[in-house]
Amino acid sequence: MQSIQEKLQKIVCDQTLSPQQKARYLSLEAENMLPYPSLDTETTKALATGVLCDLVEGHAPYKPRYVLPDYSVVLTQGSEYLELEAPVDLDEAINCLMIAYHHVPSVTGMPVYIGHLDQLLLPFCEGVTDDQLYRKIKLFWRYLDRTLPDAFMHANIGPQDNPVARAILRVDAELQQIAPNLTFCYDPDISSDAILKQATDNIIACSKPHIANHPLHQAAFDEKGYGIVSCYNALPVAGGAGTLVRLNLKEVALRSTSVTDFLTQKLPYYSGLCFRLIESRMGYLFEQSNFFDSFLVQEGWIDTQRFTAMYGIYGMAEAVNLLQDMQQSNGRYGHDAQANELGYQISQALAQLVGHTPVKHAWRGRAMLHSQAGISSDVDVTPGVRIPYGAEPDPVTHIQALLPHHRYYDSGISEILTLEETIKNNPQALFTLCKGALAAGFREFTANVDSNDLVRVTGYMVRLSDIALYNQQQGSRTNTTVLGAEAAAGTHILERKPRVVSHEISPSYG
Amino acid sequence: MKSAQATVSKVLNYSCVDGPGNRLVVFLQGCNFNCRSCHNPHTIGLCNHCGDCVPACPHKALMLIDGKVGFVPHNCDQCDACLKACSINANPMVQIMSVESVLARLLEHHLMLDGITLSGGEATLQADFIVALFTAIKADVRLRHLSCFIDSNGQLGRAAWQRLLPITDGVLLDIKAIDIQLHQALTGRPNQRVMQSLRTLHQARRLHELRYLVIPGFTDQPSEVQALAELVLSLDANIPVRLNAFQHHGVIGPAREWPKARQHDIQVIVQQLQQAGVREIITPAVYV
Repeated sequence: MQSIQEKLQKIVCDQTLSPQQKARYLSLEAENMLPYPSLDTETTKALATGVLCDLVEGHAPYKPRYVLPDYSVVLTQGSEYLELEAPVDLDEAINCLMIAYHHVPSVTGMPVYIGHLDQLLLPFCEGVTDDQLYRKIKLFWRYLDRTLPDAFMHANIGPQDNPVARAILRVDAELQQIAPNLTFCYDPDISSDAILKQATDNIIACSKPHIANHPLHQAAFDEKGYGIVSCYNALPVAGGAGTLVRLNLKEVALRSTSVTDFLTQKLPYYSGLCFRLIESRMGYLFEQSNFFDSFLVQEGWIDTQRFTAMYGIYGMAEAVNLLQDMQQSNGRYGHDAQANELGYQISQALAQLVGHTPVKHAWRGRAMLHSQAGISSDVDVTPGVRIPYGAEPDPVTHIQALLPHHRYYDSGISEILTLEETIKNNPQALFTLCKGALAAGFREFTANVDSNDLVRVTGYMVRLSDIALYNQQQGSRTNTTVLGAEAAAGTHILERKPRVVSHEISPSYG
Repeated sequence: MKSAQATVSKVLNYSCVDGPGNRLVVFLQGCNFNCRSCHNPHTIGLCNHCGDCVPACPHKALMLIDGKVGFVPHNCDQCDACLKACSINANPMVQIMSVESVLARLLEHHLMLDGITLSGGEATLQADFIVALFTAIKADVRLRHLSCFIDSNGQLGRAAWQRLLPITDGVLLDIKAIDIQLHQALTGRPNQRVMQSLRTLHQARRLHELRYLVIPGFTDQPSEVQALAELVLSLDANIPVRLNAFQHHGVIGPAREWPKARQHDIQVIVQQLQQAGVREIITPAVYV
């Protein structure tokens, strides 16, 4: 008990955290004093030994990990609960959204999805000049970064080339803010080359946006659509994800005696435990937490039936290399055809396991497979199916090596290409790389340019200058800087030829 | 008929510094200049199979077979110890590539490419291969959108250019120096043919850009920069001039003692060229 009090004391008096950040860490400590949702011994052991990871979501899931409200509801009907009338012009529409965001929970306590903004705002743009739009978006963007300072907060635009999307891209490059994160949904049949070029030029300026392959994502969801949130998770709109549990493939490989043992015994076994953990967390959220009694459900912002469970994996590179060693093959993951092929086989096996396993409460009765981008506490294990940091081949070879994985990861696969700074003199090269990768079947395209201050640390954005300041004990206004600093110290991410990205979880204090 | 083959030092699937957009670059082995400032000196010579590199390889990737140096790519760790052991600036890791094998590589990656650039060494020393390769690219409906570029030192004669230009979309032409004595001192050759190539390429509208390596103390002298400006203006003030900054990576011999070109050195030259009327000047994105 003494140690808990000491820890709470340390949080309260931490000189680098703001009062809000302290309050959040205190609440996490309180939640984790509750017992964990009921688990059998085998699953508990797998969780304790690191084969499974619950991403420190907490002991009592009282809110879904990711909530993707259908904001068109509040923009067309207003909200009785929030005493909002339906907006009639652009100012009112933006104001409605600004209010709405403060009522949308998620694992971080901040909204991870702020809507498909051009589609939401275009109906209010009649008679608004481009210059007026630019000024309003600029204020909106400043508001978002200053009041909801979390890089997991994510806006979507596209695939149409339209004035709102253009204004957002212009403002995003100009302000160079960490928040919000941004995805442009690209469809070769709908998006113009000009808007894609503006998006890839923005990547050179500020490592944003992330480019999503719209036709591929669309095919994985239904007519209500999808949203890209947080660090590149594709999820149903008007729903989200109840939980994200991940399986450490490296640890599974360490417990295997051969490739056959891995594929036919250990992977199905630990996958079964992963589903038990998912079921337990989903069960608590849906059956005990009373979350779904919310006005969000009653007013139709979200639908209880549209929450999936994310089945995440990581450590593919280490798993493949360990299995290669077992069969006396020296080819390494990302560089060798045989090693890469083994990786594709594992992804296919995972997709089959996920496709065949029913999950109670989940959208369509199934979990969704996700290549998970890593968290700040990961050590000696590479995110998702990525090629280990510092060992990546050139961007074209890199894309070709990972391409066959992409079809299997319906709820997102986060890969970050790091590009040399010389690309700043040749933005056409990035445009072609992006367009070509998507045409070849890449589900998403994300890049960092070496030397940009604003970089991804596993999925979320950080400023390198902020990390340097934080490490000098000056604290940071944004929550993800803390994660970025931990990740930079623990995971070698900054060794990634430029730097990398990571994922969004807020780990517990200390 | 046996298809054309090339002696290749290296192939890159990705380059954003060898012409417009993303390019597959084939570095052909062998050069007819011997630049003291060369950043890839191991591409200059052709292997004479002396075998000095074989014991220098710590990974057993090289061996002597019937008096010839053989290379086992699978064992190679790319440590470049063999290049350091070579006394004639050659490269035992060269590969012989056919037109078909380059086409196969292009077909694998074409969605992510804007084009191909043949560089070197001096690419035009293997002009037959270039003609065969570029002709085949333009005959293939899947590849003909790729632009075909050559990076050259300009030593090629006018008649040979006439063979290449109909199937070449652009040339990146290196101008090592304008002053003949300086050119001779830096490269071992005079530059009359380079100047002739410049006019030939300009008239044929194939000159994509001029590349000028700024070496402090040599090519940054005001008289030399002025001569460069006058040369550009005598053709077209809009010809892009790319200034590259001399640095030490890869350089061997006394040139390693020469000072690097810093951002400030480049800016001084940019100003002088602009004042003289040169309109398009490209400067390095990075200084190392």
